Amino acid sequence: MNQAITLAIREEMERDPTVVVFGEDIAEAEGPFKTSEGLLERFGPVRVRDTPISEMGFLGAAVGAALTGLRPVVEIMFIEFLGVALDQVVTEAAMMHYLSGGRLNAPLTVRASSGSGLGFGCQHSQTLERWLLGTPGLKLAVASGARSAYGLTKAAIRDPDPVVVLEPRTLYGRREEFEPNEDAVVPLGVGEIARQGGDVTVVALGQTVAVALEAAAQAEGFDAEVIDLRTLMPWDKEIVERSVSKTGRLVTIEENQLTGGWGAEIASHVASRCQTSLRAPVARVTAPDVHVPYGSELELRFLPSAEYAATQIAALVSTGKAPEHWWEKER
Amino acid sequence: MSTSGIESGQAISHSSTIARRQAVTSDKAACLGRMIEIRLIEDRVIELFGEGLIPGTTHTSQGQEAVALGIAGATRPDDTVVCTYRGHGIALALGMLPEAVLGEILGRQIGCMGGLGGSMHLSDPSVGLLPTMAIVGASVPVAAGAALTAQVLGTDRVAVSVFGDGATNIGGFHEGLNLASIWRLPVVFVCENNLYGEYSRINRTTPVADLALRAAGYAIPSETVDGQDVDAVRDAVERAAARARKGDGPSFLEAKTYRYSGHSRSDKATYRPEGELEAWLERDPIRLYGDKLVAAGTLDEDGIERIWAEQRAALEATLARVLESPRPTTAHMFTRVAASES
Repeated sequence: MNQAITLAIREEMERDPTVVVFGEDIAEAEGPFKTSEGLLERFGPVRVRDTPISEMGFLGAAVGAALTGLRPVVEIMFIEFLGVALDQVVTEAAMMHYLSGGRLNAPLTVRASSGSGLGFGCQHSQTLERWLLGTPGLKLAVASGARSAYGLTKAAIRDPDPVVVLEPRTLYGRREEFEPNEDAVVPLGVGEIARQGGDVTVVALGQTVAVALEAAAQAEGFDAEVIDLRTLMPWDKEIVERSVSKTGRLVTIEENQLTGGWGAEIASHVASRCQTSLRAPVARVTAPDVHVPYGSELELRFLPSAEYAATQIAALVSTGKAPEHWWEKER
Repeated sequence: MSTSGIESGQAISHSSTIARRQAVTSDKAACLGRMIEIRLIEDRVIELFGEGLIPGTTHTSQGQEAVALGIAGATRPDDTVVCTYRGHGIALALGMLPEAVLGEILGRQIGCMGGLGGSMHLSDPSVGLLPTMAIVGASVPVAAGAALTAQVLGTDRVAVSVFGDGATNIGGFHEGLNLASIWRLPVVFVCENNLYGEYSRINRTTPVADLALRAAGYAIPSETVDGQDVDAVRDAVERAAARARKGDGPSFLEAKTYRYSGHSRSDKATYRPEGELEAWLERDPIRLYGDKLVAAGTLDEDGIERIWAEQRAALEATLARVLESPRPTTAHMFTRVAASES
């Protein structure tokens, strides 16, 4: 996936000389996750820059640059580091079009690695979509592999508004075959049916797309339709509503903790808008409301596994009731 | 190709704002007139607030007019200025139309963002003013970014970041200065040191009295200027802007000034030591500049009185137009939330 991201940035820098790239260790060192290999050599130090460890400074600079004619692509090494610069995304970038009476816009792409699974401990393993959810003027996309990372990154760079693209860290080394061309650009706000099925709609995002597909593959007693949402703001209501009207059931699979997770928004929408289609309550498969534990065994316990997701989905389909979360049963 | 930034802006009437900007650059009487315009509008804003015509809060800048005009007089309309929520004076100095400023403060459709932004949110790309920012310190790195655009695109534009003494204690200030220095960005940092960060006097919040000292830590050359002397501010900004245009990087100016009002409308500023305001009023920037123009023979006392009278009449006419303008409707609330939907 990291090569797909690099290619997407490289191609956009080729086609638009106003695209500039900066972040910590992204130029000389070519990125801590190797998502900018060769960019400094190809485009030079004016357009490809290392920054100090100074997120508020360089995100603020990206906002100013975007307002005055550049298309900055900035890298936040770990999404947690956005915390020290959130003002620049939520309160500045997202409001600049509005606050200029529509005369300016901030075409800024913020890329950040996210999520658990690599044993980094709780301060380097969160997904944190909830920091950004519900911010008018801001877009938020999450890659689920090389193909969607390529397509979403290109769409984000071309978009007239600020876009945050989250890159699940466990997927950087994952390979996926696809044709990198214009057809692979993923329109923001459009989800994708990753697997067709008739019994239950499973909405997944980022690294839980693979979890959902595996759960569907090993399923006993249900045929799941898996949707890769791809964009959280705006999210594709149509694709979810259409699927639920066919299957009558909805399960979200989220890497984040239960409280305030993105699935709550999908669940509430479907519960109120698709009530006549529903044959069972909506159910969410999430991590528990705890910090991400360090070390492989507990960290894997924290993350919803395919086996766990399959069990929860099967229970929903067979009983017509939303099953308890594993920690409610075990503790 | 690129539809980003200012280029994508809708067609707007540039001629009148540019003309207002050029007037204060080239004409001393016009510069004095603009200072008076600012003073009268700010005073009227306080009255209008008292009459219940201005919602929320408002931050006025009486006493700081020389800094605003010094910046406007030393920069070009295609330079970028990023400033704070105490921005009425700077917006007017840069050339924004009084009805666009007053209309926005009063929440009317004639305002620069249709009355949806309010007192803290003024902007006009035609004179280089990015949206004024209501978060202390946020504008400092944003100005560095505008300077980055000039550097990357190879233009000779500069960015000016205007902020108060209070902002020099927040991270964005330090990160913005550091980045500007390390990248040698064409930016001029102007600190309006008016001695108070919100309700707190500077000595209670800040361990140095001379804020120019802070620039040294980032290897940025600095200068302290009399913020009540419009010529001194203009000359200093001109020197800094010239350095920036030559590719010599950022500069830091500390303008020692004073805000006659409290922090915001609800602040009566009872924390000020007795006699402080009176001492600063002795060095009122409008009077200092008027006296200077009289001494130089540019104007006489009658001429100055005429300017005050003209500005008073202009304000009444502007205010009448603004008050005729309706408030934004529900439909306006749903516009311009995102560029892709506009």
